[in-house]
Amino acid sequence: MLQTVALSCLRGDRRLFSDLNITVQPGTLLAVVGENGSGKTSLLRMLTSLLSPEEGAILWQGQDIREQREQYCAQLTYIGHLNGIKDDLTAMENLSLSASLVGDHCDGPAAHAALEAVGLRRQAHQLPTKVLSQGQKRRVALARLWLSARTLWLLDEPFTSLDTAATGLVTEQLHAHLKRGGIAVVVTHQEVGLPSGLVQRLRMNG
Amino acid sequence: MNRPSLWEALRGVVRRDLLLAMRRRSDVVMSVFFLVIVASLFPLGVGPEPAVLRTIGAGVLWVAALLACLLSLGRVFTADYLDGVLEQMVLIAQPLPVLVVGKVFAHWIVSGLPVVLLSPLLGLQFGLDGEALGVLVLSLLLGTPTLSMIGAIGAALVLGVRGSGLLVALLVLPLYVPVLIFGAGAVTSSMAGIGGEANLSLLGACLVLSLFFSPWATAAALRIALE
Repeated sequence: MLQTVALSCLRGDRRLFSDLNITVQPGTLLAVVGENGSGKTSLLRMLTSLLSPEEGAILWQGQDIREQREQYCAQLTYIGHLNGIKDDLTAMENLSLSASLVGDHCDGPAAHAALEAVGLRRQAHQLPTKVLSQGQKRRVALARLWLSARTLWLLDEPFTSLDTAATGLVTEQLHAHLKRGGIAVVVTHQEVGLPSGLVQRLRMNG
Repeated sequence: MNRPSLWEALRGVVRRDLLLAMRRRSDVVMSVFFLVIVASLFPLGVGPEPAVLRTIGAGVLWVAALLACLLSLGRVFTADYLDGVLEQMVLIAQPLPVLVVGKVFAHWIVSGLPVVLLSPLLGLQFGLDGEALGVLVLSLLLGTPTLSMIGAIGAALVLGVRGSGLLVALLVLPLYVPVLIFGAGAVTSSMAGIGGEANLSLLGACLVLSLFFSPWATAAALRIALE
């Protein structure tokens, strides 16, 4: 269970949000929506522990994440609006290196399977990612979701530059994750195509 | 729970950086060429007087090594910061300072080790004799990792700052002074016949100190840069 208690965020001298209380139960997706600049990404970065809250706390299984940073990090997969992939490495290398760095199981066949699951054809696997299109790069980054058995997924605009087919694939994967009892927090401008019982919406007002 | 062992994470960081360096060999070659050119300019400028060259040789080579190291500092974290790899690294469930050591080690292999290996050849240009060359290599072997460790703090502090290249030089160069003094001092004192051991021990002490403190400082600076 992921909880925020009286969370507030100050960037520079602007207060983006204050006194934010949310609880996300296992098997639920929290869709964070709102205008540009309303603090969606800041909230997500706070949830990853990259950004520390001005006031308030974030609780994971009832305990402050600052007190259990490493255990908490071991349970989350974060894909930010930067893809976190290296242009000079191939899609395969990027995926297997980033997965093995965080400790997800990833051998050659598993990496191929993940890339194919996200709709990246076999020919593209051995190409340096700098020659791939924006959407294909995004797919390489999102392929990590197919290797991640972690409970908490934090995704920042996962559907940007994806085509309809890929959006569908990612949504299906999110659905499977929720059915396993996982939690997802997704910052998005689009409707997430999931049954409404699984989705909890948070509207941020700048 | 999926958690990499410390060793796995460390090896992964080093492997990725070395793989990237292999893909972009031009970066490595450029800093080596820089060193060669700077070290070769001095004999041309000062003139071919063997006695003069022998006197300035150690100092010139050390300054050239230091500048080559400084030039390559921009590569340690900047690219990772811009493409989001750095934030993924910070979120690895292992202590960040240890991962920083991995990154600095990979950086040293790519930019420090070539300097060490090339230095005897450059030393010959200045007429250094066999024993002095040995001490030069040893001093660089102890000194260049220290330069990388100290430089990493500066590189992490200036992440996301405009004009960071010059700023990192201003931040880091004063901290390089002791290493330069002990390093060049080791060679000159061995040439003077009093042996370079004292200076080499001091260089070793600098290395141990920087290994101990720099990862923490760098990790703290990285966290601030990512906020």
